Amino acid sequence: MREVAILGVGMTRFGELWDRSFREIGIEAGLQALVDAKLSSADLGALYLGNMASGSLISQEHIAPLILDYAGLSGRHLAAVRVEAGSASGAVALHQGYLAVASGAHDFVVVGGAEKLTDVPEAEADRVVGGTADHEWEAVFGATLPGLWAMIARRHMHDFGTTREQLASVPVHDHAMGSKNPNAHYRNLLTVEGVMKATPVAEPLGMLDCAPYSDGAAAVVLGPLDRARKFTDTPVQISASQLACDVMAVHHRREITTLDSTVVAAKRAFAQAHRLPRDVNVAEIFDAYSISALVAMEDLGFVAKGEAGPEFAEGHLAPGAGKLAVNTSGGMKAQGRPFGAVGVAQAVELVRQLRGEAKERQQAGARVALAHDVGGTGATSVVHIFERVN
Amino acid sequence: MSIARFWRESPRRYNLGGSQCAVCSTVYFPPRSVCPSCANHRRSIGKMEPFTLSGDGEVVTFSVIHDAAEGFEMQVPYVLAIVKTTEGPMLTGQVVDVAPGDVAIGLKVRATFRKLREEGRAGVIHYGYKFAPMDEWHSGPRRTRDPEPSPVPPESARA
Repeated sequence: MREVAILGVGMTRFGELWDRSFREIGIEAGLQALVDAKLSSADLGALYLGNMASGSLISQEHIAPLILDYAGLSGRHLAAVRVEAGSASGAVALHQGYLAVASGAHDFVVVGGAEKLTDVPEAEADRVVGGTADHEWEAVFGATLPGLWAMIARRHMHDFGTTREQLASVPVHDHAMGSKNPNAHYRNLLTVEGVMKATPVAEPLGMLDCAPYSDGAAAVVLGPLDRARKFTDTPVQISASQLACDVMAVHHRREITTLDSTVVAAKRAFAQAHRLPRDVNVAEIFDAYSISALVAMEDLGFVAKGEAGPEFAEGHLAPGAGKLAVNTSGGMKAQGRPFGAVGVAQAVELVRQLRGEAKERQQAGARVALAHDVGGTGATSVVHIFERVN
Repeated sequence: MSIARFWRESPRRYNLGGSQCAVCSTVYFPPRSVCPSCANHRRSIGKMEPFTLSGDGEVVTFSVIHDAAEGFEMQVPYVLAIVKTTEGPMLTGQVVDVAPGDVAIGLKVRATFRKLREEGRAGVIHYGYKFAPMDEWHSGPRRTRDPEPSPVPPESARA
């Protein structure tokens, strides 16, 4: 296997992009990444496109060749593949792109992620995303995606003494970061009291514990590390790309409060990169619900089980506050959650951090970064480690 | 959802029909074709036997749902729980016949056959299990297992 680098990145603004179509946003992100990489389309071998549910959300399947077509690349007859893994679709697409370059099957590939959630009524979007959990044995009995995460939260509070205030400190952190990100869906600040008083969705979680439905797209260009200097002065190495799966339903998990898929993906990733959790300077973690960020911090090995609540509540995870800065983009809560685009957008933010281009949200001297994405309630987890190349 | 799609799961949703691995005795719900617990799980192929859960269990965790799943809008707020059955398998279902504020982790519950939801006014009605606190049940025989009064007299009476 060869070493793989990220040569270019691009993304659209995330939010309710009513004036822009699925293909427009997909192409904008992809072309930005190509221009950023100073790569000619003649060099490309394949496109991997992460997308959760275009068929249900915009009545369009078969979107990989569609994006290729409108990106002006159909004449080159590239291989274009859609990748679906629920909310982890983008991260799994990145994993597939990584494997394609690492194996030598392709030299240069574009990995995109795109989702358009606001073209359907919210109830319809609820139904679609609910399908990323086990429809037959969870949703049919009245379970919603926030409801399933709420049950993880309740058990986490019971087992570890995690408080409602600690949960609420996650969206507060995310919005503080999002306020510094021009691409973010939400740039307003939140307070712990405000989060706790928000309309209940699935107790103990309220509206402001849950990431929004957003439109958006992101893209990266990958290539062999040993040829990266030809295309960029600031290549970022993908030093680990790991995917792990687990049982579908929350009620079948070994422990309600642990995502074994994340634990295993993280262990494999740290082994592949010859790194330890304490080496990581900046991370984008799965914060679709406040509880999911706490569970992620623990399962990735950044803190011991049950210790993530205080870590957020005491403000240790902002840039400059400690050795590890988390979700500097604003995470899914504030930057936004266009499901299939999220995993790729995480890579975009972390590349900007490693290049030192993250401006107000820069974690000074960041050299090692970690991205963590989850599908559904944890049946899929993906962990990537990125490193600055001297 | 098509009628067939819901109907084919009726034995599981109405009667808690699961399966048991004849090799290692682990019980599963819903039934599985292969045993994930067996170290050599190929040995379990063809050896998964039907097993019906009693319906007794306790609440492992729960949420009070305010933003309902499709078809459950008329039921809010409702309690959604993960229940660990006495036979081992865990499953997800509503807890009913109790105020949401009285539900707690560890609450003993028993399965009860209820209407789950209907697909609009003219659509299919889905039935299946929900859970009620054990205290709400008779201390005598289980309601779900009470024999129907038989129209045919027993053998002894006919003799």
